[in-house]
Amino acid sequence: MRAFSHFSYFVTVFLMIAGLFIVIARGNLIKKLVGLGIFQTSVYLLYIVPGKLIGGTAPIIDPAFKLYSNPLPHVLILTAIVVGVATLALGLALVVRIREAYGTIEEDDILARDEATPGAPGE
Amino acid sequence: MAVSVVALARSRNLFAVVVLGGVYSFLMATVLVALDAVDVAMTEASVGAGMSTILLLAALHLCKGEEAKPVRRPWTSLAVAVTTGATLVYGTLGLPGFSDPGAPIHTHVVPRYLNDVVKETGVPNAVTAVLASYRGYDTLGETTVVFTAGAGVIALLRRRRRDAKQEASQ
Amino acid sequence: MRHDLILRVMAKILIPFILLFALYVQFHGDYGPGGGFQAGVIIAAAIIFHGIIYGLESTRKVVPSWLVETMLAIGVLIYAGTGLAGILLGGNYLDYFVLDRNPVHGQERGIFWVEIGVAVTVSGVMLKIFYMFGGRGQEPE
Repeated sequence: MRAFSHFSYFVTVFLMIAGLFIVIARGNLIKKLVGLGIFQTSVYLLYIVPGKLIGGTAPIIDPAFKLYSNPLPHVLILTAIVVGVATLALGLALVVRIREAYGTIEEDDILARDEATPGAPGE
Repeated sequence: MAVSVVALARSRNLFAVVVLGGVYSFLMATVLVALDAVDVAMTEASVGAGMSTILLLAALHLCKGEEAKPVRRPWTSLAVAVTTGATLVYGTLGLPGFSDPGAPIHTHVVPRYLNDVVKETGVPNAVTAVLASYRGYDTLGETTVVFTAGAGVIALLRRRRRDAKQEASQ
Repeated sequence: MRHDLILRVMAKILIPFILLFALYVQFHGDYGPGGGFQAGVIIAAAIIFHGIIYGLESTRKVVPSWLVETMLAIGVLIYAGTGLAGILLGGNYLDYFVLDRNPVHGQERGIFWVEIGVAVTVSGVMLKIFYMFGGRGQEPE
């Protein structure tokens, strides 16, 4: 019974380690950013799932309903989603600049080029 | 959703990665609606599936769509990820179960929000009221973060445009 | 994309409805799901849609760069200004109760202005980022 009631946490943790694996193990910078986004969405699930009450409804107060989902995690996650896209935009701007400076967006090539030419990368 | 994530991890084509990310965001928005989080679902659908995909595609176009993504031996990373996952699962076993009305999240401040929100603010949408009124400082900080991200992107990507304009005017 | 007739006609038909929907989401955020963030992103999506179909240059003529940059800053200033209005009228910072004789109406007014500020900033930032990314690709590299 324990496993059944905690199933949502297993899904969340699976998505979290999938995102983490993509960030650690793949070399392409854009793919890493997408993996980071997957990690972030798993955290949204982690916050919102405990707020749900079976038989409740969306937290919009109406005389016809008595039981509501918890609005507090919704507020936090709304902020988190928008901040997440802001950091994604900044990360992508950095990737574009890296591409212009190094000519590649593969992490291994960037590290190799840094070791080969000590000093500032050519622009 | 698990299928789309695994396909994303294994895919080499970056365009497919971006599209799979959009699919994953839409699926996440559907799950959020099933969890009664309608505001969050709308934001996730528009921001995650819409805006993120646009930004990724724009960046992909600028990076000329490099496709090759050589696969080293990922076993160490897989081991690290699985160990972290096992530790997290062990940690979440102590958390309250699904839909438990006695959980701490439901007992401290939220009953006051849900009971008083129409009386105090006149706004039936509890999420908007909490976001804009009860926790207005956090939203001010978030708006500032979004503004800073925009300013940062301007600062990062602006210089070349001025050089190009100088070249064009010569 | 400029020569594809179906896309151009459909874009012309759809964009006003998308903008109208964004306004609906913004102002109806008090009574249903919605609010400032979603409305801002939908506005930006409508204009990005126009930019994709008709080209960045013609979109820059409709919504010029200086307007977008001004929108960025003005949204945050509207938000902070609502807070200052709370101080000027006798309460604390971001206190909505003093904005009107009836405190509940004051809350509604405060929430209204704050959401407008948020929508303006979010749509400005998303548009500006799209302009930046799009404008950079047109240079010879």
